[in-house]
Amino acid sequence: MVIYENVLCSVCGCLCDDIEVTVEENKIVKVRNACAMGTTKLLNYYKERNTKPLIKKDGKLIPTNLDEATSKVAEILVNAEYPLIYGWSLCSSEAIKVGIELAEEVGGVIDNQASVCHGPGIQALHNSGLPTCTLGEVKHRADLIIYWGCNPEDAHPRHLTRYTLSPKSKFIKDPKERKLVVIDVRNTITAKKANLFINIEQGADFELISALRAALKFEEIEEERVAGLAVEQIEEFAEMLRSCKFGVIFFGQGLTQSLGKSKNIEAAIALVKDLNDYTKFALIPIRGHYNVAGANEVTAWQTGFPFAVDFSKGYPWYNPGETTAVDILRRGESDAALIVGSDPLAHFPKEAADHLAKNPLAVIDPDISVTALAADVVIPSAFTGIEVSGTAYRMDRVGLLMKKVVDPPEGVLSDEEILRIILKKVRILKGVA
Amino acid sequence: MTLKVLLITGRSLRQGVGKEFGKSDEKYMESVSLCEISPKDLEAIGAKSGSNIRIKTQHGSVVVKAVSSESIKPGMIFIPYGPYANILLGGDTNSSGMPTFKGVYAEIEPAIEERVLTIKELVEQYYSR
Repeated sequence: MVIYENVLCSVCGCLCDDIEVTVEENKIVKVRNACAMGTTKLLNYYKERNTKPLIKKDGKLIPTNLDEATSKVAEILVNAEYPLIYGWSLCSSEAIKVGIELAEEVGGVIDNQASVCHGPGIQALHNSGLPTCTLGEVKHRADLIIYWGCNPEDAHPRHLTRYTLSPKSKFIKDPKERKLVVIDVRNTITAKKANLFINIEQGADFELISALRAALKFEEIEEERVAGLAVEQIEEFAEMLRSCKFGVIFFGQGLTQSLGKSKNIEAAIALVKDLNDYTKFALIPIRGHYNVAGANEVTAWQTGFPFAVDFSKGYPWYNPGETTAVDILRRGESDAALIVGSDPLAHFPKEAADHLAKNPLAVIDPDISVTALAADVVIPSAFTGIEVSGTAYRMDRVGLLMKKVVDPPEGVLSDEEILRIILKKVRILKGVA
Repeated sequence: MTLKVLLITGRSLRQGVGKEFGKSDEKYMESVSLCEISPKDLEAIGAKSGSNIRIKTQHGSVVVKAVSSESIKPGMIFIPYGPYANILLGGDTNSSGMPTFKGVYAEIEPAIEERVLTIKELVEQYYSR
């Protein structure tokens, strides 16, 4: 029996690094400190798992070997005019680096899940910068926490206890010194824990931010109600923001996926900049998958752009709305796809996912995903952070090394190793090896 | 009776735990094939918590299980991210890259005689070539 301490959890963007895992005979038998999602993954990841590559013959996925499967993926990519290579938030940064090389080699588009989660926040960052900080600073110094359009008690279950509401803090000794505000259209579990819950109208975030900016500067708001709230309530909230010592806004997909999208985040950035005239304030996107932030980091330092990078012109080209996965699929432009560490059939609007399923489709994933059910070739990979090590970036863009705790099943390789084999085969097919 | 509502999609803890059992596991299907709805709206369409309802948008139509929830305001419904919600969403991003996952106009009605498809059936019915 071996007990591993400080294991990283490979589920959400919290990337909790204090998990204790007990392993007996290459099997995880006990998990401590993880949330319900992390515990479920660590104790169940190997169940209902496919460990053999699959290839579609006569309309059915049947087992094959790694050589045939990787050759088929290479063939699909080389024969395509405009392949989409998508995913990456559930694999290591090392694998993403190889994926970018592959996209460049086949002249395709490489996009990641930021496209459908925090892409609008990244677009806002391009225009306005991001007044931000690390989760460590929040834990030790922030006395006002605002969750705006996010519900961490459901999506990031340890966020409140590790970083905001009740962590062990160097400088905030009494948890009562911290105030929690939730702004949401639903009265969520997180909202129920807040000192103040602001039940906003759906799609009215931009209006509320604009009114708050006016109230901060003691300007008159020429309406009785904004975003479903009385102006007096907005003015009281503005005073609460102004009078804290260190405030942090965590924003979620309530802002990025609602009407306004990147404009909501630009407005929030402007609000935080205004607040820094009175006190210290920061803004942090509350990222979903464990390495979606890493997908943006690696793609940015490899290509100059954080997501939706098109190599079809022979150089990296980035234009959200044009080179983003959902737009490419909806317009029916791609003629093949490779999906790595993602499940777009479970997460894209049907209109976009339809096109994905109509064309040659390859999937590399440790699990049999919904997308895998419609694929032509499926290659199982090892679980990063459980069976293979690798680097991931937490939601505050702090890079952390994920250790392995058990060996993968025989013959099952890491995403990085599988992608290297495919890249080599692509180069052979193109005659450039 | 049919009622006009605003559809919100998003994460839920049950969906987050369900996906870690595996996408082919029944727990995942149960976690994403439901719709949270205010008790008032549920009563208005003549359905009960736990019964099936049909949701329609301009993009598609799907049957899910209704779950009464006090956290949802009347006039709004919530479906966890997943293959059932996707049937109801459009792909137009207005050149932003991001589809509208929250704030989609929808209609709900009872579907007591209809059943909720399994994920495999859903993929075969909606996505097969």
